[in-house]
Order: sequence, then C-alpha cells, then structure tokens
Amino acid sequence: MQSELSIVWIYPDLLSTYGDQGNALVLEQRARARGVPTRIHHVRSSDPVPQQGDIYLIGGGEDRPQILGAERLRKDGGLQSAIARGAAMLAVCAGYQIMGSVFGGEEGQPVPGLELLDISSSRGERRAVGELAAEVDPALRLPTLTGFENHMGVTRLGPGVRPLSRTIVGTGNGDGTEGCVAGKIIGTYLHGPALARNPALADLLLSWAIGPLPPVNDEWYQRLRDERLSAVLGDQA
Amino acid sequence: MSQLPLRAQLASALGRTAATLSRATGRGDGSVIGGRVGLMLEPDLLRKLATDRKLALVSATNGKTTTTRLIASALMELGEVATNAFGANMPAGHVSALSGAKHAPFAVLEVDEKYLPEVLDTTNAGIVTLMNLSRDQMDRAAEIWLLAQKWRRALAGKPAHVIANCDDPLVTWGASTAARVTWVSGGQRWREDSWCCPECGGPLDRGGSREMGQQGSVHWACRECTFHRPEPDWVLDGEDVIDPHGRRWRLDLQLPGEANRSNAAIALATVDAFGLDPARALPRLRTVTSVAGRYTTVERDGRALRLLLAKNPAGWLEAFEVSDPRLPIILSVNAQGPDGRDTSWLWDVDYRILRGRPVYVTGERRLDLALRLDVAGIPFQLCDSFDQAVAALPLGRIDVIANYTAFQQIRTEFGRAV
Ligand SMILES: [Zn+2]
Repeated sequence: MQSELSIVWIYPDLLSTYGDQGNALVLEQRARARGVPTRIHHVRSSDPVPQQGDIYLIGGGEDRPQILGAERLRKDGGLQSAIARGAAMLAVCAGYQIMGSVFGGEEGQPVPGLELLDISSSRGERRAVGELAAEVDPALRLPTLTGFENHMGVTRLGPGVRPLSRTIVGTGNGDGTEGCVAGKIIGTYLHGPALARNPALADLLLSWAIGPLPPVNDEWYQRLRDERLSAVLGDQA
Repeated sequence: MSQLPLRAQLASALGRTAATLSRATGRGDGSVIGGRVGLMLEPDLLRKLATDRKLALVSATNGKTTTTRLIASALMELGEVATNAFGANMPAGHVSALSGAKHAPFAVLEVDEKYLPEVLDTTNAGIVTLMNLSRDQMDRAAEIWLLAQKWRRALAGKPAHVIANCDDPLVTWGASTAARVTWVSGGQRWREDSWCCPECGGPLDRGGSREMGQQGSVHWACRECTFHRPEPDWVLDGEDVIDPHGRRWRLDLQLPGEANRSNAAIALATVDAFGLDPARALPRLRTVTSVAGRYTTVERDGRALRLLLAKNPAGWLEAFEVSDPRLPIILSVNAQGPDGRDTSWLWDVDYRILRGRPVYVTGERRLDLALRLDVAGIPFQLCDSFDQAVAALPLGRIDVIANYTAFQQIRTEFGRAV
C-alpha cells in the first residue's frame, strides 16, 4: 500500500448486476474506520486495468457481458500483473468463473478464462437461487459464511486452490463446497454485496493489503448476520 | 367481441365470478384469480378476447402501470377501453381485463417484460409501447440483455407499430427489429445498465462527453459499431412535449416528477397511433392523480403521508426525485416473492441523497436497509413497524418510499388507498 488504500472495481459497466458496488463500499468503510485513507477506482471495460491497486473486485453478470469481460481482461493483462505483484482479489459469481481456466458461455460452449485460479466451470442443469450458508475452512478462522447465490455454474476445484467453505445450505460450487481461496485471491458464488454479510471476510482482504487490523464497531453487520443465519439455519444457528 | 364461441364465453363468465368472490372475500383485487380460472378452461381465450379490438401492449421495467393508466384514460375520449388497471400484468390478468369489458373497441394491457413475446404472439396487438429496461429483482426476472434479445425476436416479422423510448439504448435495440417504430425521446434517468453497446458490447458514448461534443446529454452512440440513438419523432423537453409536427404541448400533469412526464410523452405518442390528437388526450392525462395507491396522500393522527412505490434501483432514483427534501421520510423494504428474495439491489441505490433528512427504517428486511444506510453514513432510526415509525414522527407532511409488498401492506392499512 502506498499513501492510500486503492480498491479497484473491475468493469462496473459489464459485471455489476447484483449490488456488486456493496463490496467496494464495505471495504472502504471498514478501512476508513481504521483510519486508512481509501479510494475506489471504477475501471470501465474500455479502460486499462491499473496494476498498482491493493484490492481488486470483480462481480457478477449475464452471459454475454461475462464473455466480453473475460476477453478484455485477457487482452489487457493489467489484472494478471497486479496479482503477480501480490495484490488481493475478491471475485464474485461470473467474475469468479472468469478467474479459472474455462467457463460455460451462452450455449454452454467453453470460453477460456484468465487462469488466475486453478478452477474450471461449466453450466449446470438448474439455476441455484437462494440463501446460502457455509462453514469456512478452519485455517482461515472466519465465522459462518452467509449470503445469496443466483447462478447456473458448476465449478471444479483443482489442486492449486482450497475450498473456501463447506455448504450447510445452498449449492455453491456444486460438490458440497462453496468458493475457493488461493494466495490472496478469494472466489465465491455469493453474489453482490457478499462482504456486507461477511465483514470478517472483508477484514481478511484488508489485512492481506494493509496488515493486522484493530476491531471496529460491527453492530449493524452483526444484527443482519444473526437475523439471516437464524432465518436460514433455524435452530442450527 | 360478442362473437366468442360458447366455451370461451362460459370460461370468461366463470372467471368473472371467481374475481367477484376474490374481491368479496377481501383476498385481492380479483384481477388475477378471475383470469386464471378463465385460462384453465380455455387456453385460447386470450387470443379470442383480443380479436377485433385495437390493442396496445405496454412494457418496461418501470412505469408500466402508470403509463397504461395514462393511455387508457386518454383513449376513453374515443370510446370504451378494456385495461388491467390493477397491474395484473401476466396472461391471466389480461384475460380478466378483456373479459371484464367485452364490448370495448379499445384495449391497453400492461405486460410483464418477460411475457411480452408470448402475449404479442397470442394477441397480435397492433401497438406495442416500450419505455425502459434496467436491473430488477434478479432472482426471478430474466437478465435484461437476454430480455431485449427476446423482444427483438418477437417483434421481427410482425406488423405491430412500436412506440419506444430512444433514450434507452437497450430498449432501442429491443425495438429496432419492428416493422415500424415511432421513437420518443423520454429521457433516461438510470444509466447504470447501459454503458455498453447491446449490439457489439463496445462502449457507448454519451452526449456532453469528449467523444460526443455538444450533443444533448440524451444522445448516445457506440464507439465501435454503427449502433446509435435514432432521431426522435416525439421529444420530452422539460415540462413540454414536442410532437412530430413541431407543436409544443405543456403537460401540467398532476402526477409528480420527470419519470411521469416521460410516461406521459410516451402515452401521447401511443394514443396518437390510435388517431387521438394531444389536444384531446392531454386534458384526460391531467385528471390522473394517483395510480393504484402510488403518489396518493393518506392521513393518520395528524400526519399526511405521501406513498411512493420503488421496486428497483431505477425506481428509487425516480422516487427520490419526486420526494420533498425538506420532509422526514419512512423507508420500508420487504423481500417476499414479488419483491425478489434477494436484497442485493439495495447496494445499487445511492442513499446519500437522504443526508440531512430524518430517516425512519422499517419493513421485514429493515436490517438489510439499516446496514446499507450505516455504510452510506446516513443516520436513521430503526422501527419495528410502520405504525411505530409514524408514531415517532412529528405532525405534518411525510414521504414514504416502499418496495412492492411493503407498499401493499401500507396501502392495506389505509383501506387499499387508491
Ligand atoms: Zn456497438
């Protein structure tokens, strides 16, 4: 990090269908609450991706924008350089699939991805729509993952990544796991403002970029989490 | 229309009975249940009911109920009009509306965006009115590029005369396969879903930008292909509408806000296709004061509450524009089926415009909204119920913005305010 934390939101013009802006706003709020000056850069698909960002965000989108987004990112190369440099990234839904070797296009045809994550995705039989809850990999020491998924993707994880979590409710990758983690990259099917429901995940990304963080007031985050988890898990929560 | 075959007549009559029962038992407006009974008995009923009428279909993400109402009000100048006034905008609601006014020579139907291809195929409507497309409740709505693609396929090769808002690039693309299009410059307030060319995916340049020079801010063109905004036949210009003959008409609506002026411009262009001149249509548009509870003001314990409906980010933007910045505001959000079960869209709304106003938050998903406002840095008071929010407020005028089922709950408290 230089003088301020730089959050780069990739292609809001193509990949921003479900309140994806929320992840950028949550990171900004939680960094500022720690006294860290923060700036959010919106990078449109006609512009080059800056290589000096600290945290990169990429969101969900329809089939055509997803294919266009993948093509432009492959051609641009900025994101790949930033990740090679050690930047952190949260990739959501269509953006998550783009980070793998391949994903399914409009007609299910394979479309090449960026190969930043050792995953490959294809179109599933049914759309997975609804609340999701999952237990996070204990090594990451994070509380239960909560959020909403809306996708038709099935994602196979290769040996180069670890599952982010094991689903309690919901579909996720399609094999009982949800999302993945490798280095400083997190991928997830929790679409839109995933970090609003999982502030600890936001803090993990922030700590990768700026080091250990003091706690902040989590009242509204916590109340929303409690309500959602008890609505979804009932007595299990 | 009286020439319906016996089976269709029976189906339609049974449908009406069910609708009456539904209303009598207080379970709804009756507009959907009646149509469902009818459709089960006679799947071809909608086609038969639509035959021999001059019919317009109205579709968009936002403003379809209001625009349908405006068009229907104006067409009464010409004769009886069948319309689905309660916003029941799928085929069952259409059957109910048409069988409720069998002899009406004119019909205006609000149509859910996804159902437009099917309803157009079934009814062979002569006129199709299209206003805007933007992100909606995504857990149930189709994706909007795909939706526009389906409109294109449905309109291609049909004789329908399309009235479309050329300031919305996705609507323009969706409409441009039609045999005949009247373009209306109705403005575009929400642009977050149209930064890319629907034809080739390239960037769209907007008027006033470096690429577009001094063109008006509504102008747009693709930087990479030839797709661009068509020249409008009708133009909304502030408070006025300019018709294709260059005549300028002051709108003077009772409905508030730019979105409703845009709806009115589209309505004028639509009724013109029925042969009704703005001089005769406008006085009727001006009689519309509220639409199914929207924009209506209700009284409670010395407080005058104005009810605004906002179902998606573009709708919130329009509601904020209408809302009086000097007044306290109640926001109510649910996530039942009709609202979409997913509240992610809250993060697409820019709530910073509420800064400085007393804000009261309620509804079944008030905690989602509370966190959203907290992150936006907007102080608010959380209320367990709408009544609690009203009781917490000072006497006087108050604005209320609610999403679909939250709005209906509030409206029911006031005896289904219209
Ligand atoms: Zn283009």
